[in-house]
Amino acid sequence: MKIAVVSGKGGTGKTTVSAALADLCQGSLILADCDVDAANFGIVFPAEDVVSVPYAGRDVVEIDSDVCIGCGKCEDVCRFSAVQVIGGAAFVHPLSCEGCGTCMLVCPVSAISRIKMVSGEIYTGTTEKGPLVSAELFAGSGNSGRMVHEVKRQAFSFAKSDNLIIDGPPGIGCPLMATIGGVDAVLMVTEPGVSAVHDLKRLVVVCKKMHIRMFAVINRFDLSNQQVREIEAYCQAENIPVAGKIPFDEHVVAAVSACMPVTRISCPASDELSRIRAFVSDSTKDS
Amino acid sequence: MNIIAASGKGGTGKTMIAANLAFAVSQHESVSLVDCDVEEPNLHLYFPGPVVSVPVKTLIPRIDTEICTFCGKCGEFCNYGALSILKNNVLFFREMCHSCGGCGIVCPEKAVTEEEYGIGTVEIRKPSTHLTLFSGVMNPGEVLAPPIIRRAKELGQSGLTICDAAPGISCPVIEACSDADFVLLVAEPTPFGLANLRQMTELVRLLEIPAGVVINRSFGRDAVIHEFCEKEQLPVFLTIPFSRGFAEVQNSGSLIAREFPEWEQKFLALYTRISAEVSR
Repeated sequence: MKIAVVSGKGGTGKTTVSAALADLCQGSLILADCDVDAANFGIVFPAEDVVSVPYAGRDVVEIDSDVCIGCGKCEDVCRFSAVQVIGGAAFVHPLSCEGCGTCMLVCPVSAISRIKMVSGEIYTGTTEKGPLVSAELFAGSGNSGRMVHEVKRQAFSFAKSDNLIIDGPPGIGCPLMATIGGVDAVLMVTEPGVSAVHDLKRLVVVCKKMHIRMFAVINRFDLSNQQVREIEAYCQAENIPVAGKIPFDEHVVAAVSACMPVTRISCPASDELSRIRAFVSDSTKDS
Repeated sequence: MNIIAASGKGGTGKTMIAANLAFAVSQHESVSLVDCDVEEPNLHLYFPGPVVSVPVKTLIPRIDTEICTFCGKCGEFCNYGALSILKNNVLFFREMCHSCGGCGIVCPEKAVTEEEYGIGTVEIRKPSTHLTLFSGVMNPGEVLAPPIIRRAKELGQSGLTICDAAPGISCPVIEACSDADFVLLVAEPTPFGLANLRQMTELVRLLEIPAGVVINRSFGRDAVIHEFCEKEQLPVFLTIPFSRGFAEVQNSGSLIAREFPEWEQKFLALYTRISAEVSR
């Protein structure tokens, strides 16, 4: 069973839910952190024997200033404003360059070449719950979608027949789509607030397009009963089972501060997370 | 002046800070508020009103198979794998295309023309006399956030612009931060929040943009964040305590600066601090 915990809006409690599910899992398990912009799964489950491999997933161009004649043709064709002629020679802004190579096509003196840039590191290590694949994107490196893809690919190769829990990224763009492609189900963590509900609906559009099985979890549900009813009605209309409702519980805050899964503390949030795990596992057993 | 609210981690309160800051300042002067979180834009939920929508389009290639000789040069060139050339057909994968225009240049037969394709909109609202909101909205299922962010920022360019960035440290955030005069880093006082603040600090240093910190959802135990900020010489401008009442205000689509006069004053003071830093 491969499950990705996602949310649309950030900060709804993805890592808390992922960590709880992992902690409650009895059999063999693989963990993956696909939020490469802000990887936090490893803070809850510190990994040992970590192997770190640089990830060269990003192309950028380089201009040889000795060869460049400063004609500006590259600047004219670049649609990303990544090339600029300054004082008779062209320079590349590596942060803006998308590595398309269009500038190379028009350079009359072949001064431009393409290089692979290391945009981060992919980590594989062992935690108390099983192997963890995670990554760190270097600040300023674009293209987190490709890196997420690589994290997931490695996690899948570990997780042939085992359970896999992915702590997903916020948003609905390339990192999210790279995360959920090929998983058995997504667990969408929302909360009763105008932003989280709005974002959940956009997330559902994307998950539907990709034909992914969905479950919803309502976190901090007791902060607004009115909106909880709205979320439940929406989920029912969309045929999305609500796997559970987690109360606002200061023990969750304490668990995050102590860098441990909340399920290690006996408290209302932790009881509900156990029920959520049982619900998801029962619902997916028969399929 | 261009101020960006940003954080590596999602849900730290970027939108809340940007919205309250814009609300407080707009009681006195004109502000453009720009939602650069185009995957999940939320600012309009706090400033509802009639909308004018401007479509955001990107260019995609159209290949005239009458002229095309299926030589394969465009497919070979495309670094994103968006073009696949068969014996007598060309397959185009739109979601892979970055609109670089290279296929049109490389084609020896001039068989490639470009056509516009809609990837999102910029929604413009005017919730009050001095406040205009520009929300970048990406169509669900699309992946190219930067062109939408760019367009929203262009339209929202004014004397004072406050932008709400997407979470993270990659391309959408870099696009939001281009031309920024100041980045307001919103941090949660937790181990997660600290780890992500560290990454964000690296990013603003790389981009050479001055920055300051707002601590949100404080339980009064913020020593780790303060230690880090002191070491990095990042000023901490404002600390917002955790409060069920604040959460309720926020969750119902209102703003603490609108509900509590003392918070309007605190956000005005925040603006004064930022202005002082920028003109330093």
